[in-house]
Amino acid sequence: MAILDKHKILETNATLLLVCSFLVVTIGGIVQIAPLFWLENTIEDVEGMRPYTPLELAGREIYIREGCYVCHSQMIRPMRDEVERYGHYSLAAESKYDHPFQWGSKRTGPDLARVGGRYSDDWHVDHLRDPQAVVPESVMPKYGFLENAKIDGKYIGDLMSTQALLGVPYTEEMVINAQADFAAQADPDSDYDGLLERYGEDSVVVRNFDGQSYLTEADALIAYLQMLGTLVDFSTFTPVASR
Amino acid sequence: MSKAPKKFDNDPSTTGHEWDGIEEFNNPLPRWWLWVFYATIVWGIGYTIAYPAWPGISNATAGVMGWSTRAIIAADLKEAEDKLAPINAKLEAAELTEIASDPELGPYAVSAGSAVFKTWCAQCHGSGAAGAKGYPNLLDNDWLWGGDIEAIYTTISHGIRNEDDDDARYSEMPAFGELLEKEEIDQVVNFVMSLSGEAPDPSLVAAGAVVYEDNCSACHMEDGTGDREQGAPNLVDAIWLYGGDYDTLKETVTYSRYGVMPPWSRDASSAGRLTEAQVRAVSAYVHQLGGGE
Repeated sequence: MAILDKHKILETNATLLLVCSFLVVTIGGIVQIAPLFWLENTIEDVEGMRPYTPLELAGREIYIREGCYVCHSQMIRPMRDEVERYGHYSLAAESKYDHPFQWGSKRTGPDLARVGGRYSDDWHVDHLRDPQAVVPESVMPKYGFLENAKIDGKYIGDLMSTQALLGVPYTEEMVINAQADFAAQADPDSDYDGLLERYGEDSVVVRNFDGQSYLTEADALIAYLQMLGTLVDFSTFTPVASR
Repeated sequence: MSKAPKKFDNDPSTTGHEWDGIEEFNNPLPRWWLWVFYATIVWGIGYTIAYPAWPGISNATAGVMGWSTRAIIAADLKEAEDKLAPINAKLEAAELTEIASDPELGPYAVSAGSAVFKTWCAQCHGSGAAGAKGYPNLLDNDWLWGGDIEAIYTTISHGIRNEDDDDARYSEMPAFGELLEKEEIDQVVNFVMSLSGEAPDPSLVAAGAVVYEDNCSACHMEDGTGDREQGAPNLVDAIWLYGGDYDTLKETVTYSRYGVMPPWSRDASSAGRLTEAQVRAVSAYVHQLGGGE
């Protein structure tokens, strides 16, 4: 009965019980979570990944602000039906610059992990304005106000600095040029060479996304949607089967 | 203090605790429960040996079963692909024009194409293929870039005016707001409306004909029947992609239109998502919807 007697000390001392419970849970957590940070089979470097451009990052903020993740997931699970409907299953590395990630947990609408390039910019404008105009069966609310909400990217550099603190490799140069890059991506007549040089010539799309002469939240959101899932080239990349 | 409970001779021993006069019998756990508990411990250890589990220095144990999500999905996909491989090979080898009349390929292409259409095309062209404003109706006889199966196949493979495929169909109508006077636009809109019905202001039609002749006829043809080589719509058939009312036409002439369709063939572009067999199947499906030529 000796051990039970000792246990009595714990049971009759609430603070000690709390501290010891916490220790036990901590050990469990460390054993389960910590190895994920160093094990080779949980970390996969994939060619093509780059941080979001300032405009895409702003679009991502709008995506989060509007709660898109409540109805849309960004995680194609490794199952045949999902792969045939949405494209190659999602890789962990594809969300490595997402803070926080947008995997979601519910699909009222379709998965958006590979929506980039699937529709035209015009379609996104039409669809955000009135989803039922293009998809009569849809229950999505209207987001036409995004077209009227002008933005200038004034604080996007600050956001990038914060993301850099979280581990996103934004360089000082990227942060300094954030607002210029922000505007350049939605203006094909601008000087966007710097933007391409900083973020990647092949993966950054420069277009007037919403078709209006000024920058709006619709530009940012569509820029974000149009790059989702496009960074990894699956015609050249073969995932290792053992992961 | 409450009355002490009655004690019996055959009572089991107690745990030794006592709270406020209440004691606890030290009954053994039910035998079946205890053995199930031991069995789960053994099963738990076996499970971590069979499946990936224990973290090590650089890798986790792979498990003796060799289980991997990626291997399973790859096998699933391959199994489905292998089942369809013979007929898909035939579909890829067949002449496009002969698919429809082939007793085996025809029905296969249409039902496979229907599945492809509902997954990848319906969001723009509608699940019934009737289109929407800016997204062509595929049921009628009006085709922008051609309605025979080869033209449909090319359009689906490479898309229209996209940046992902160099072979995408391309043309660009000028924004005439920058080239013509407001009155001229007014006139030409009236003329274009007169081609398929009534102009709101018939007095402007004659002047509009001159503006049309000078600015529009090179693509839309002198008689307004359009040019499929350039995706220039037929203006006399009263079928409108964006709308045939005065306001919409004025907007179209002033700002132009630039409809984009993504490329769908994996072989044509890295942005493509469909296999050759799927592109052929959906081409055959669209072709038989009603307007195929």
